[in-house]
Amino acid sequence: MEQTHTEEHAVSTLTYTAVWIALLALLAATLAISKLQLLVRFSVLGSLVIAAVKAGLVLAFFMHLKYEGRFLKVMLGMTLLALTVLIGLTFVDVWLR
Amino acid sequence: MSVETAGYIDREGKRMGMWFFLFTEILFFGGMFLLYAIYRYKFAQDFHAGAAEENVFLGTLNTVILLTSSFTMALSIAALKKGEASLSAKLQIATILMGLAFLVIKYFEWTAKISLGLYPDSPVLLKLAKGEILFFGLYFVMTGLHGLHVLVGVVVISFMVHFTRTRTIGRKNYSRLENTGLYWHFVDIVWIFLYPLFYLIT
Repeated sequence: MEQTHTEEHAVSTLTYTAVWIALLALLAATLAISKLQLLVRFSVLGSLVIAAVKAGLVLAFFMHLKYEGRFLKVMLGMTLLALTVLIGLTFVDVWLR
Repeated sequence: MSVETAGYIDREGKRMGMWFFLFTEILFFGGMFLLYAIYRYKFAQDFHAGAAEENVFLGTLNTVILLTSSFTMALSIAALKKGEASLSAKLQIATILMGLAFLVIKYFEWTAKISLGLYPDSPVLLKLAKGEILFFGLYFVMTGLHGLHVLVGVVVISFMVHFTRTRTIGRKNYSRLENTGLYWHFVDIVWIFLYPLFYLIT
């Protein structure tokens, strides 16, 4: 019997190792930016962007999101959108108060 | 990896159940990140002062530990899928040990703070600026709830080691370990955001 296409995509040990090394490299980068004050005015934005990239790597490879079907990706997108709207609307309230 | 005698197993459906739980977790932690963002915006200077008191070395060490534990967790699932149960159990135990190491380091960080009189509602803390009180309040609540998630993860993975050894889970029946992995990686992602917010942004 055929499996559906989203099932059981095996990720190689090499891929996992590459992701792990990339995560540690990004950690070193975010630490360097903070300690050496490389991005003076944008250090907050810089560390959050790096955190988002790290989270993206964990999601895509360790959590296999890259190999999941569209339904799950859309559901995750809706959750993140809900969170963004929640944070965005609250900030609008704080700014305009 | 085909469907044989046992009939069809809806692995995608099983994963989806775990993902739905994780969506609620995203909004659960999201509420606290929102609180952090608003107070940081209102009390930027106090948050800088608070973050300067965090131990960056221990925070970074814990990040390395948690990222590596996610790596061994992912490898343990891959091993079980290939039918290498004994290797999978070893990798799961490595993940558990790293989870415990994370908690031990967290314990030392918290006790160092508490010995300085910095804990919620302490006389020392209440004399600080309003924003610093909020910073340390959020620090204890967010790292505390995250630590609780790590502890739950350690307990759940311990059950998985047992299931792997008793062959309750295996090459054809690995959804429980896969879902445990999803949870563990989610807890890792929460820490990926906590680390810069509490330790780096000074």
